[in-house]
Formats: sequence, structure tokens, C-alpha cells
Amino acid sequence: MPVDLDVPAAVVGLARTLRSAGVDATSDRLAAAVEALTVLDPASRYDVYWAGRITMCASPDDIARYDRVFAAVFDGAANMMPLSPAAEPVLRVVPPLGLSDRADAPDARDAPKPSAASRREVLRRRDLADLDERDRRDALALLTPLSVAGETRRSRRTGPAAHGPVDRHRTLRRTLRAGGEPVAPVSLRRRRRPRRVVLLIDVSGSMAPYADAFLRFAHVTRRARGPRTEVFTLGTRLTRVTRELSHRDPMLATAAVAAAVPDWSGGTRLGELTKAFVDGWGRRGMARGAIVVVLSDGWERGDAALLGEQVRLLRRLAHRIVWANPRAGRPGFAPLAAGMAAALPYVDDLVAGNSIEALVKLARTVVGERA
Amino acid sequence: MTFASSAELGAALASSGYLPDDGLATAAYLSLRMGRPLFVEGDAGVGKTSLAQALATVLDAPLIRLQCYEGIDVAQAVYDWDFPRQLLHLRTAEAAGRAGDADALEGELYSRRFLLARPLLQAIETSPSVLLVDEVDRADDEFEALLLELLSDFAVTIPEIGAVRAAVPPAVVVTSNRTRDVHDALKRRCLYHWVEHPDFARELAIVRHRHPAATERLAAQVARATSYLRGLDLQKPPGVAETLDWTQALLTLGVGSLDPDAVTRTLGAVLKYREDHEAVVRDGGLISLLEAAVDAG
Repeated sequence: MPVDLDVPAAVVGLARTLRSAGVDATSDRLAAAVEALTVLDPASRYDVYWAGRITMCASPDDIARYDRVFAAVFDGAANMMPLSPAAEPVLRVVPPLGLSDRADAPDARDAPKPSAASRREVLRRRDLADLDERDRRDALALLTPLSVAGETRRSRRTGPAAHGPVDRHRTLRRTLRAGGEPVAPVSLRRRRRPRRVVLLIDVSGSMAPYADAFLRFAHVTRRARGPRTEVFTLGTRLTRVTRELSHRDPMLATAAVAAAVPDWSGGTRLGELTKAFVDGWGRRGMARGAIVVVLSDGWERGDAALLGEQVRLLRRLAHRIVWANPRAGRPGFAPLAAGMAAALPYVDDLVAGNSIEALVKLARTVVGERA
Repeated sequence: MTFASSAELGAALASSGYLPDDGLATAAYLSLRMGRPLFVEGDAGVGKTSLAQALATVLDAPLIRLQCYEGIDVAQAVYDWDFPRQLLHLRTAEAAGRAGDADALEGELYSRRFLLARPLLQAIETSPSVLLVDEVDRADDEFEALLLELLSDFAVTIPEIGAVRAAVPPAVVVTSNRTRDVHDALKRRCLYHWVEHPDFARELAIVRHRHPAATERLAAQVARATSYLRGLDLQKPPGVAETLDWTQALLTLGVGSLDPDAVTRTLGAVLKYREDHEAVVRDGGLISLLEAAVDAG
């Protein structure tokens, strides 16, 4: 490194370039880097490299970026290479989806008219995409009594219990109050707290027949579990709709969501949007220890490998990943959609979710009852 | 004990039996000089835990180790009250007729006398000391919040007593195997280093240093064979720990040079998955392994 280079300025420049390359080089990390250089030799390129790397990186991914940025900043612009190599998603032509395979299931269309008594039972089982307007409304009404309590986790906090380990602290306090007389030991146990449930709902064109049912499902879940439920829609962009869904009335709630979501029935890039969720919300804490439910057919217009990678990251944060794929409810289903295939290794439960009955089953899976 | 440069610390670590590469020596040196915890990640068996042990030897300070696990809490990590002795004290006071003065008695009961120091509090109270928070990714994320106060202020707050502060901050090494992401708030308080598998020359030096009984020839063969194994797509590529175990196993059997029989008999010391054994033994993998290894000898 040239001797006349102003090292603190160079380190600040390094941090700025790192930030634009995706390394979270915050100001406190920058301060640590400058402090490290007071301990090491700022005239040595080697020491500057290590001081910056040890203080400003936080993961192996960061180190790869750091090496590139460092070379660009300290070896001059001549060797400068593009910091984020073309990550333009490869567009893939997908055949028109969704309703085409209904022709393969004539039994669903030509089914004899059910008697009034069994109509509800039939509605529960029919694929939502096969229902007409009126049947669909009646079917969605069947969702309302569903209650989704959610799996619990053991909390760090303890509470009084009828039996179990002795609560030493409380027993001692009580003995003290009794003037030293022995008292019956007080028991304790770990309290349990419900886990957070995060719903990621695909609202792209191929999911249009199911989107309203999924939103109703989200509404019911949110009503039943209160603030420990978070709902996002994945369209052309990621939209958080948790607030919109807090209306008591399901119709008002769905209308509010429809108004808030700008990209209804468009295309979707699941990988990029999952990444947006992981980076923007999940890693910060929303997905940690949570049950993440993805409601999507797994048709990815972008890079399927990116989706796989993001679901893998999400799996490391979350307690469990449940994937509800309406296509999984159809006969002869195989996870062939590129996105679904890439994500599948990291999914704990793959369920159907294409009929009311399947949604009830999804609710049971979320609660932790395994079939 | 203080060190004037990272090279000096590296040399001291080497003489204690731990051979760090330059990056790791610099990271450890900065951690000591800046008084910041060192957060080390890397594959299992690359020597993250032994780094703390070596630092303790070099600094001539006791090593205090906290092994993390799911559900670990304050009573296991920081402090607990000595309940039986508190109760005994209370009964004695009652027998002596002092039970009436509840306030004074309470002050006695919740004093330092009846406090049991767990690893984190021990590290704060022992100066100097080296604190190893091992496999922090095994603990749940609430535990990380507990570590935050300790790692930024080197203090522990006990409601009945107040804050206990370290006279001299302990040297802290936090290790993680990256089975889950550790919270950014925790990482921000630390210096970060990713420990790589050692290169051939360093691994050879480590084997020679730890097992002086091994000949140069055997040590070189073992080091080359493990580095070959790391290049395969294995479930658990061997770390330095496995290289050392393997050398130990070969020495115990009195093997002077790798051959098919010796490798087959001792492969369990270096590969810990059945699938990995199969991957190596089938398709002439054993022959390639030996060819790669014996080139060195």
C-alpha cells in the first residue's frame, strides 16, 4: 500500500463499499476496525486486511465479499471488478397453469348433485378451484369455526405448579415469612408460550383460485391467536398484511388486504421474495423459533436455486416449515415445479390445502398434530 | 502477561502446542488488546475450543468453560442461590431466637455468602481468566440476551446484590458451529474469525507437535490422507481433531506407514459416518486415498 494513503479515510471508504456489497459494516464495526488499527500496524497492507476482516465481517459469506472489496479498494481501481456479479434472474417460460388439469378430473365436474344433507360434506372436500361463485362462498363459511391454537414452546420463565421441582426461591421466602418454621415446599414448572406462526401467501396468477381461501385461513388464524401471527403476501413484491387482517369481519379484512396488495394475480419470484422476507423480517427475529407456513404452488419464475437456498436459510431460523401446495391435493402429484423441488428438502411438512378439509388439516399440522 | 504483536502471541501459542495461522493469531491478539470477545466459527474439529485452552495456558489464567445447550438458563450459566445452606442458616437463626428480625435475616440470606457462582459469574470474579462460551448456537436465542450484558460490560447484575463487575475483563472466546444464526446484537459486540482447516504444512506441524512419537513419514501420510478426505463429498469431513485421533490410533497399533489393512482398521478414528466409510471404501477410493497419502512418504 502506498505510504501516503490516509488509512482511516481508506477504512471508512472500505466500510462504505462493504455496505454496498451487502456486508453489514455498521458504524460501531467501523469504529472497531479503526481501533484495531491503533493496535496493529496501519502501514502494513496485511494488518489492515486482518483488522478490517476481523472487525467488520460476521459470517463466511461476508468474508468472500470482503476479500473482493478489499482488493478493489486497496489495489486501486485498475483491478476493480463488479462487486455484485450479474444476479439477473433467468426468466423461464412456464405453461399456463392452474385450471388446465381440471379436464383430467371429470369426476369432479360431472359429480351427481349432492343431497342437501351431504352438501356441506362435499363442499369440504372439493378442490376450491373447481367451485363456482356460490359454492365457494358457502365453502369459505365452513372455515370460520376453525381454531388454530399453535404449537407451544417451553419458556425460560417458570410459574407455580401443583407438583414438580421445588421452587427454592419461593420456598425460602415463605420459610422466612413463617419465622424459620419449615413450610411445605413450593413447586414450579417452566411455563409454555405459543410459538409465533408466520404465513407467507403466494398471490400470483397461478394461485388465484386459492388466494381468497388462504386469506380467509390467515384471517381465522390471526383472529384465533392474536398478535402471535404474522401474514405476508408474495406477489411481485413482499407485502405485510398482518394489520389489514385484524378486522373482525372476514369480508372487511379481505377487502383491506386486496386494497393493500398492489400486485394481485401477477407473476411471482418466490426466491427473491423469500429472500426479502428472510433479510428484512425473518432474521431480525420474526422467523426465529416460529412455525413458518408457505402457501404456494412452488412455481418459480426466477431462479429456483435461489428459492432453495433461501428456504434452507429460513429452515435454520424457524422451528418448522410447513408448505401448503394446492397441487399436492391433486391425484398423481409429484413436486416437479422447479421452485417446489428446490425447497422440498428443507420443508418439514408438505400438505395440500386445496379444499376446506385440507385447510383444516393444515391447521392441525400447524398446531403440531401429525397425521 | 502481555504481548507486543500478533506474531509474539502466535509464537507463544505455538510453544504451548497450539499452532494458529496468521489470521487466527491476529484475531486473538486484537481480542486481547481491544478487550473484545472473540467469536470463532468454523467446521467441527478445526480447533475452536482448543484455542481457548491454549490462550489460558499462554496467559497463565484459569479456563472457565460454559458448554451451551438448549434450555440453559441463569441458574446454570450465571449464578444460583445455595438453597440448603440458606435454609440451614434460617433454622439456626430461629433456634438462636433471632427469627423476629426478618429484615436483617433476609439481608444475611441473600448475601454473597450464599451465592453459587456459575461459569459466567466465576469468570467475572476471577482475574485474570479465560472464558469459553462453547457452541453458543446450541442455546436458544433468549440465552443470547443474557450474554449481551456480560460481553459488553463484563458485568452481571444480581437483583438482591447488585452489579458484579470484573476487575480485569476476562479473555472471552465464543464458539459456534453455525447450526443456526446467532443474533447480530451478539456478533456486533465481538470480533469475528472464521477458522479454516489448516493447510498441509500446518497440519503436518500440528501432528508432529502433538504426537512426537510419529515419524515424519507417517505424519505426512496422515496429513495428506485427511486433506484428501476433505476433498471428497463427505457428511462430516475430518477436522484436525480427527487427524490427531487417527495418528494416535495408528501409533497405538504400532503402524509405521499407511497400508490398506491399517487404514481399514483405523478408519473409524477419522470418519464418523457409515455413509462416509462406504464412500471411501467403494469404487477404489481406498486406493486413491493411499496413493494420495503415500506420494508424501
